[in-house]
Amino acid sequence: MIEIAWNDFTPWSALLGGILVGIAAASFLLLNGRIAGISGILGGLLAPAKGDVIWRLAFLGGLICAPALWLLATDLPAIEINAGYPALIIAGVLVGIGTRYGSGCTSGHGVCGLSRLSLRSLMATLSFMGAGFATVYVIRHLLGV
Amino acid sequence: MKYSLASLFAGLVFGIGLIASGMANPEKVLGFLDLAGSWDPSLAFVMGGAILVGVFAFAIARKRTLSFLGFDIKMPASTHIDKRLILGGLMFGVGWGIAGFCPGPGLVALGAGEIKAAVFVAAMIAGMAIFEVIERNRANA
Repeated sequence: MIEIAWNDFTPWSALLGGILVGIAAASFLLLNGRIAGISGILGGLLAPAKGDVIWRLAFLGGLICAPALWLLATDLPAIEINAGYPALIIAGVLVGIGTRYGSGCTSGHGVCGLSRLSLRSLMATLSFMGAGFATVYVIRHLLGV
Repeated sequence: MKYSLASLFAGLVFGIGLIASGMANPEKVLGFLDLAGSWDPSLAFVMGGAILVGVFAFAIARKRTLSFLGFDIKMPASTHIDKRLILGGLMFGVGWGIAGFCPGPGLVALGAGEIKAAVFVAAMIAGMAIFEVIERNRANA
């Protein structure tokens, strides 16, 4: 039986944030004609083609500057990173290789792929969500970390 | 120029959305991935909200060949479900489950000045570089 963490449950801010993410992906698609896939936008910088660099940096710069923009209005919500440095490095390498190998991450396959009803993206999303659930189960409940 | 400005705008709004939603907080993400613990379903609402908007955007895009700024609309051509897609997804998911970061939130938390996020992002870029090297060697073999 699944036990819900009602104290942590924030459906309205999650929905609002999700709608903003959707608006971002929608504007990128309708203005620039592209899928807002963050791993692809970042990974493309490692094998850059001519004229293909500035817009990538602009998009990633927007992501990185979002907290500064947020701070103009109000305090940032908590960012709690409990993983240690070795875990963060292993996680980062796996996310880097995996998202490139699988041609996408939560944004490209999850948000954009599911929005355009792509079966390929659905399979990718089920793969990384399934692996995410399994990994947290192993770490928290089998290893007890 | 227009293209890059629109990219900057989309990146900013995307980042604000990730902060507002709670996805920029790895502990929140892990609370969602922890089905067997005390489960926080919030992040399903993030995905739901994003797709709610996305479905309309893609329905509009499908009827057009040019974007509103006059650029070609480029949809992913591949519909192939293969080993690369699934194994890549599984690898990504394991990394996501270890730290609670996927690429976007990692970059946002880096922008918030989190040293640990910077380490994650550096490792992620290293992982992407490893992929590039492997792919180039495969292409040359």
